[in-house]
Amino acid sequence: MIAILIRDMRLAMRAGGGFGLGLAFFLIVVVLVPFGVGPQSAILAEIAPGILWVGALLACLLSLDRIFALDFEDGSLDLLATAPIPLEGVVAMKALAHWLTTGLPLTIAAPFLAVLLHMPQNGFVWLVITLATGTPALSFIGTFGAALTVGLKRGGLLLSLLVLPLYVPTLIFGAEALHRGMAGLDATTPLLMLAGITTGVIALLPFVAAATIRINLR
Amino acid sequence: MSLWEYANPRKFMQTSGAVLPWFAVLSIIFLSTGMIWGFSFTPEAENFGSSVKIMYVHVPAALMAINIWVMMLVTSLVWLVRRHHVSVLAARAAAPIGLVMTLIALFTGAIWGQPMWGTYWAWDPRLTAFLILLMFYLGYIALWQAIDDPETVADLTSVLCMVGSVFALLSRYAVNFWNQGLHQGASLSLDKEEHVADVYYWPLLISMAGFVLLFITLVLIRTRTEIRARRLAALMARERNQ
Repeated sequence: MIAILIRDMRLAMRAGGGFGLGLAFFLIVVVLVPFGVGPQSAILAEIAPGILWVGALLACLLSLDRIFALDFEDGSLDLLATAPIPLEGVVAMKALAHWLTTGLPLTIAAPFLAVLLHMPQNGFVWLVITLATGTPALSFIGTFGAALTVGLKRGGLLLSLLVLPLYVPTLIFGAEALHRGMAGLDATTPLLMLAGITTGVIALLPFVAAATIRINLR
Repeated sequence: MSLWEYANPRKFMQTSGAVLPWFAVLSIIFLSTGMIWGFSFTPEAENFGSSVKIMYVHVPAALMAINIWVMMLVTSLVWLVRRHHVSVLAARAAAPIGLVMTLIALFTGAIWGQPMWGTYWAWDPRLTAFLILLMFYLGYIALWQAIDDPETVADLTSVLCMVGSVFALLSRYAVNFWNQGLHQGASLSLDKEEHVADVYYWPLLISMAGFVLLFITLVLIRTRTEIRARRLAALMARERNQ
């Protein structure tokens, strides 16, 4: 399973268009917003948490269809499904690899982009904490969505339609925790809910996604 | 005699064909009684004026929007456990009806909200939850249309329905947490004594019964259509192979 993790990360980083793309997309979204809203720093600081969270979410979404699509096309997904290791483990490793190549870089890059949006400096810690807690959930939920659409020729748009509603609770609790943390309020409740969602989907969704892949490969 | 007999498409077609006209007539009777009584023979409410009457459409539609999803969840589970095609086709048939019910609830709510709250839309937990429910319906229907193989698509949509139910519930509580609401509490409940006044209560109950009957009628018609489409596809496949 470690081998699969390393293989997937290597593929994501070396085969073009996966690794850097999400980050570049995140950067562009964050840069575009001030053009739309205007350069007043007060307004930007006000909406910064929401923009950063939504931007990270969309950047995560962008690379989801690559989780299984390439392996499905060249047949290695069939081999992985019949391999002696459980498919659930394979799926979990693929989701983890997705997080390490998208969620983690986004989390690290977010404070730098927050500067562009004039976010108050006490928010940086909260930004990193909430994104680090929330983005694994985005990767694991997205893996389930990718498993649903794996056999489709043009599944990308359908994938977004299926996955975005599932992202709602994560986004709400993540952005809420960030807002409260920035305002100096007690952010324990939304942060715990966010962590609960993340650990819950890590525990459960690999099983669902593996079952979904078995259906699709049947 | 057990419920599972109706999992046989032939038996289902027979029985549903026989009861369908009854449900259709009953739903017309209940809907027209509820609507005419509600719209013409109830007094105007003190603070709401005549706008209160939109309740006879709004409340039953909202009720159905949620319960249709629950029905889809149950029939999807039946499909996953017992592999009865009629069950999953019923879920497929119900989804667009649920979508329309959600839209009706949202639109009548917006029409009512403009004079009463002064706005067509507010990011209130209930309204937001319905918007999210709408997205779940859209995704479910889109997945049905995307895949051709009947077994695969039935399995995938059933899994989506189950996962979606969990996340829909989660979203419901998340939006509760996220924003305080304008929407009033439940107008009806089985266990508490917080009903609307009696003059509104009976026509509302009749409208609700009418909506339930209308849903049963429509879902039977649509399921029968799906079964016929399935048969037609099988026949055509057989033709091609000869």
